Amino acid sequence: MNLDFSDDQKFLQNEAKKFFDKEGGLSNARKVMDENLDTDQNLWNKIIEMGWTGIRIPDEYEGLGLSHLELCVIAEELGRSLAPVPFASSVYFFTEALIKYANQEIKKDILPQLVTGTIIGTYGIAEDTQQTTESNLQVSVSSEKLTGVKIAVPDAGIATHMIVVASSKQATDLRLVDLSDPSIIITPQKNIDTSKAFYKVEFNNTPSQLLGDTGKGWDYIQDLLNQAAVLFAFEQIGGAQAALDMAKAYAIERFAFGRQIGSYQAIKHKLADMYISVTLAKSNSYYGAWALSSESSELPLAAATARVSATKAFQLCSKENIQTHGGNGFTWEYDCHLFYKRSKVLSILLGSESTWKEKLVTNLEKTNTLERG
Amino acid sequence: MDFNDTPEQAKFRAQCREWLEANAELKDSQSMDHIGESSLEEHLEIAKKWQKKKYDAGWAMLHWPKEYGGIEASPIERIIWGQEEAKFNVPGGIFAIGLGMCGPVIMQYASEELKERYLAPMAEGKEIWCQLFSEPSAGSDVAGLRSKAEKDGDEWLINGQKVWTSGAHYSDFGILIVRHDPKVEKHKGLTFFFVDMKSPGITVKPIKQITGQAGSGSGFNEVYFDNVRIPDSQRLGEIGDGWKVAITTLMNERLAVGDARGSDIEEALVLSKTKDEGGEALIKNNAVRERLADWFCEANGLKFTKFRTISALSKGEAPGPEASITKIVSANKLQSIGNFGIDSGDMAGMLVDGDSELGSFQGAWLGAPGLRIAGGTDEILRNIIAERVLGLPQGPRADKGIAFKDIPTKV
Repeated sequence: MNLDFSDDQKFLQNEAKKFFDKEGGLSNARKVMDENLDTDQNLWNKIIEMGWTGIRIPDEYEGLGLSHLELCVIAEELGRSLAPVPFASSVYFFTEALIKYANQEIKKDILPQLVTGTIIGTYGIAEDTQQTTESNLQVSVSSEKLTGVKIAVPDAGIATHMIVVASSKQATDLRLVDLSDPSIIITPQKNIDTSKAFYKVEFNNTPSQLLGDTGKGWDYIQDLLNQAAVLFAFEQIGGAQAALDMAKAYAIERFAFGRQIGSYQAIKHKLADMYISVTLAKSNSYYGAWALSSESSELPLAAATARVSATKAFQLCSKENIQTHGGNGFTWEYDCHLFYKRSKVLSILLGSESTWKEKLVTNLEKTNTLERG
Repeated sequence: MDFNDTPEQAKFRAQCREWLEANAELKDSQSMDHIGESSLEEHLEIAKKWQKKKYDAGWAMLHWPKEYGGIEASPIERIIWGQEEAKFNVPGGIFAIGLGMCGPVIMQYASEELKERYLAPMAEGKEIWCQLFSEPSAGSDVAGLRSKAEKDGDEWLINGQKVWTSGAHYSDFGILIVRHDPKVEKHKGLTFFFVDMKSPGITVKPIKQITGQAGSGSGFNEVYFDNVRIPDSQRLGEIGDGWKVAITTLMNERLAVGDARGSDIEEALVLSKTKDEGGEALIKNNAVRERLADWFCEANGLKFTKFRTISALSKGEAPGPEASITKIVSANKLQSIGNFGIDSGDMAGMLVDGDSELGSFQGAWLGAPGLRIAGGTDEILRNIIAERVLGLPQGPRADKGIAFKDIPTKV
């Protein structure tokens, strides 16, 4: 039994933690918020220098050629520091999509540029405030040209390329688009977490390239969502743990009625519940990491479980961190709101908690027997 | 990352398996009961026979030191044995307190003569041991216990009452903590003994639980001490060191208390798939689906939390504090799933019918409140997580720095 990361992976995680601390920790997310930026360019450049955008890109395309497990430990540290960079969009989605579904020619062209940072990728799934399904997709492809509108596209302001799920003659395609094409109109959209940037992306007969087989785009995007759910779960547990740590530090330092507030059971039990929630989420995320890295057929169930559990944990820890801080927690000055807002955005970025609960139970229904823990 | 044994662990597992297969029967795939309905006497006899068989083959007390007949098994080997033994239809439980808690305290504190006399019979299942700690006025605050010990020559005179003593009605001996001096501070006035449960003056009364079970069914007892005499040679540790000795055994108890057994996500899922609600399977109801998702996240989270602990032990590392969440989560989940099962019977869910699929859910619902209390209440466990894992400060206490007799007990 070895449900743990290797010593090398733990070392990498520790290096990542030190890196984000040294580069300013939470102050980067705050700067992006206060200065109304899309990303912290300086931090992003340094991440590229570390080679992390190429972590999963094979050697032959000049990447580090490491596994999903290395990506998981980096994700946890990105989550802990709420790093305001397009890492998730470009690495968890775009790069993974290309590694899995692009042809040799596209790989040769784009993967090395993802390593060096000259290409940044993102993804477009959502089209309306209703849930986007295969049957209600409006963005369509005809003669290799895309038309229609994607909304809530993360990081489209700095991304150079994008994968788009679109309806085609053969059901659904996954398409690759160069965002510098003049037919594309990109408009910023306001959102509740201004340390992240979202855009409306409008295609008007925009040239695009097919990824993988035509007609299989919806399956591909489900698979990419499952992968991303595990990676985001690590961001979420990183964030949840950071919010718990912050609450803990405050509960020790703050006095009320002549005592540290952490000596009151009301606060103790609140923080214990946060710890329980993070611990369950972490264990479920380890299960997800195992399923992802071993290419297990359990990935859909493991991903949904990790996602639901990590979503619950980050939301609980971030809201109760504000509560523990009392009035201070509601000020812009304290960092509590950074976690609160990020937890909400991460909870819906891949689809809401109830959407993933539905996926979880749909997968449970398919299993005949569950192995008792 | 994998779920495989190391080669040494696989070899050990194969050895366990080989012996178990030769000496016991595999459980039916669906069966959760060890042994069908049997009287207490029958059950004890079967359990003692099984223990003796294990003892003769060297499987009875794996973690004990070699000098007392063990093999000094590592924690991971104990887990492997437990995993394999659990797959067989064998009696469990009644020796766990003796081997897990009483044995180690005897080894650490008793004279050589007494070790020789008591350890082997405990290990081979000839003599059963129990633990006499909790009292009517000392549950979570067990150090507040009031049973008295007075020195009388070479003996001690014990008076008072213990409660929630598992197996007192069939035990031969018990470890006992009592107050020898109420004029000193609470934790300093305690002394530790072991006692022959057949001593004159001991009365054991079964506790009738909210489940309606009593006697051998409940397993819990009140134990009254009326001028019970214990020789001073049966004192474990120095006079006044009782709390220190008790802590050693309580640490062992924490390791022993694991999941709440009973209806879990597996049973809830089967029920949801098979139970009809208005012409459709219950699982088609969205309210049910949401709850199944929540329970699965908890059950799966606990399963893999356990795997993380086992992984650390497997590498010879000390496990992290993650296992501290197990009982809180599993006991509450059990209560919630039990409640769900009963509700699935709709207007007839309360009816008790021996053949009903709801029986195990009713049992879970009735038993769960006890599990939320036994071995540390939800509240005490949250305090432990907050103080020992997260490092939050203790609250002010009204029982520190004063004599035990002066600690307030009522308004």
